[in-house]
Amino acid sequence: MEAFTMRFLSVLPLVMLLGGSALAQSPTYGVGRTPTVEEIRAWDISISPTGEELPPGSGTVEEGALVYRRKGCAGCHGRTGTGGRSDRLVKRDAGPDADPWDLGRILPIRAPYATVVWDYINRAMPLNREGTLTADEVYALTAYLLYLNDVIPEDKVLDAQSLPQVKMPNRDAFAPLPDWKPGRPRLLGYPH
Amino acid sequence: MGSRRPDRRGFLRGGAALAGGLTLGAVEPALGQKTKSGEFIKGSEEMIAYGERSRFVNSVRIQHPPGGRPSPDAFGLVFHVAAPLQDSVGMITPSSLHFVGTTRGSFIPDIDPGEHRLMIHGMVDRPLTFTMEDLKRLPSVTRPHFIECAGNRSRSQHKTVQETHGMTSCAEWTGVLLSVLLKEAGVKGGGSWIVAEGTEEVKGASSIPMAKAMDDCLVAYGMNGEPVRPQQGFPLRLLVPGFEGIFNSKYLRRVKVVDRYYMTYNDYGHLRQDPDGAALGYQIGPKSVITFPSGGQQLSGPGFYEVSGLAWSGGGAVGKVEVSTDGGQHWTDAEIQGTPYRMAHTRFRHHWNWDGQETELLSRCTDELGQVQPSRAQVTKFFNVNRVPGQDNSIQPWRVASDGSVYNAIS
Repeated sequence: MEAFTMRFLSVLPLVMLLGGSALAQSPTYGVGRTPTVEEIRAWDISISPTGEELPPGSGTVEEGALVYRRKGCAGCHGRTGTGGRSDRLVKRDAGPDADPWDLGRILPIRAPYATVVWDYINRAMPLNREGTLTADEVYALTAYLLYLNDVIPEDKVLDAQSLPQVKMPNRDAFAPLPDWKPGRPRLLGYPH
Repeated sequence: MGSRRPDRRGFLRGGAALAGGLTLGAVEPALGQKTKSGEFIKGSEEMIAYGERSRFVNSVRIQHPPGGRPSPDAFGLVFHVAAPLQDSVGMITPSSLHFVGTTRGSFIPDIDPGEHRLMIHGMVDRPLTFTMEDLKRLPSVTRPHFIECAGNRSRSQHKTVQETHGMTSCAEWTGVLLSVLLKEAGVKGGGSWIVAEGTEEVKGASSIPMAKAMDDCLVAYGMNGEPVRPQQGFPLRLLVPGFEGIFNSKYLRRVKVVDRYYMTYNDYGHLRQDPDGAALGYQIGPKSVITFPSGGQQLSGPGFYEVSGLAWSGGGAVGKVEVSTDGGQHWTDAEIQGTPYRMAHTRFRHHWNWDGQETELLSRCTDELGQVQPSRAQVTKFFNVNRVPGQDNSIQPWRVASDGSVYNAIS
C-alpha cells in the first residue's frame, strides 16, 4: 500500500502539469474579454516585496520633506509626522535597542518591506486626492518617512532599484504565516 | 436606542399576552387586533414600489466601537457600524442592518454597474476582463455566509450584544465562484496567492492563499435576494468565507495571481510576532453569543423564556452549541435551527425556566472540525497575558440579576 502511494505521488506532479496545461488551452465558457497590455498596466498598482512593478523615478529625503508640506500631509499626520487627526507616522520612543514590535503599529517602521510604504502612499494618499501623486513624489515621501524613522540615512536616494533593498527592522521579526488548507483547525491543541 | 428598549419589550410582552388569550376564547384575539381609533398606514407609491418596516420597529445600527468616531462624520465619511443582534431573529441579517467595516473612514463609491469591470491577470494564461453582464452569464451559486470583523471584541465596558458582538452579520450571497473565473483565465504553475483589490478610494487590497481562492471564494453580485448594497460593495464583493472581514474585498475590480504573499497594507496589519497568534489569524474561530436575554434587556419575572442566540465558525458548519444557565456548572445541548450551513450564522434555542435567582447565561460553540469555543480564562492562560490577543472568540457571559435585568458579566 505504502509503495503504491509512493509511486502514485511520484507521478502526481506530471499529472498536475498535464491537467494544468489542458485547462490552460481551453476556457470552459469563453466569457470575458482579453484586456490590452496598456489596460493591465494602468490598473496594476500592486507592488511585490521585491518591487518588480515599481515604476521609473526617484526621490530624496529633502524632496520628501517638501512634498510632505506641499501636499498637506501635516494637516492629518502632524507637522513632524507625530500624528493628528490621522495616524502617527513616526515610531514611538522605546529606547535604543527596542524590539521593532514595541515601536507601534506605524506603517513606515512596522512594515517588513519598504515596498509596502510606497504601495500604500501611491494607492491611498493623500485623502480625497488618492492616485494624484507622481512616482517621484511617492519615492520622495517614502524616503522622508523612512528617514524620520531612522531606517535610512539623510542622503539616501530611493528608486526602483534601491527601495526594495532597504532593510526594514521588522523584515525577519514576524511570525511565519499559517499554511492554510481547507477543513483544518486553526491551531491544533488550542486552547487546551 | 437604550431608552427605546422598554417600549419594544412592552410591545413583545403585549404580543405574548395576546397569544395566551387564544386558549381562553375565540372572541378575545379579534378584539385585541383592533387598531386604535381606526389608524391605518396610508399607501404611497414609494411604499408600494419598495416596502418599509413598521414605525414601531426602530432597531438601528450604531457606531463601533461605542464612543468611537461617529458614522457618518461631518464630511459624510463612513466608519465601522455594528448590527443590532439583540433584535435579530433567524440567521439572516437584513441588508439594511448588516454591519459595515471600512479600512479607514470611507466615502461609499457610487459605482455605475454598467461601467464596472473585474480584471483577472498576473500569472494566468489569459488575462480576462468581465463586465457585470458577463459575470451573470456564468454558472452561479447562492450561499449564506457570515462576515465578521476581526475587531469584534467584547469588553467589560460594553453593555449590549450590539456593542460586544455587533461586528458580525450573515447574508445570503449570490455570485460566481472565484475558481470558475481563475480556471477560465488559467492559473499558471507557481501561482500560489492572489491579491484582491477594490475600486474605492484607498483601493484596499488583500493577499489570499490560492488554496482558499480555489476552495470556496465567491464573487458576489447578489445579497439577500437583491443586488449587493453600496455599503457592502456594490456592484461586486469578494466573499472569502470564514476569513476575517477585511479579506472580503468590496467594489472588487482586480484579482492578480502572484507567486508569493504580496504584503499589502491590509496584510501588514495582520502580521504577528508570535506563531500561535499568527496561526489564529485569517480563519475565524468557533464562536457563539446569546442574543436573548442579553445585556441591557429586562426579564419581566420568573418563568419560561426561550434563550436564543447565534453561533458560527470560520472552520465550517456549526456542529453543536451548548448552553449553561447556571454560570457554567452544567451544559445542555441547544436546539439547532435546521441544518447548519458552512461559514454561516446558525440560530440556536434553549428552553429555560428562570427561578428568579441571580445567575449567568453562557453559550459554547463546537464546529464540524471539533474546534471548541474557549472561555476567556482558557485564552488568557494559553497566551499567558491578561487579555484576549488577536481575534476574540471567547465565551460571552450574561448576568441575570434577581430583578430580571441583564448585564455583561465580563470583568
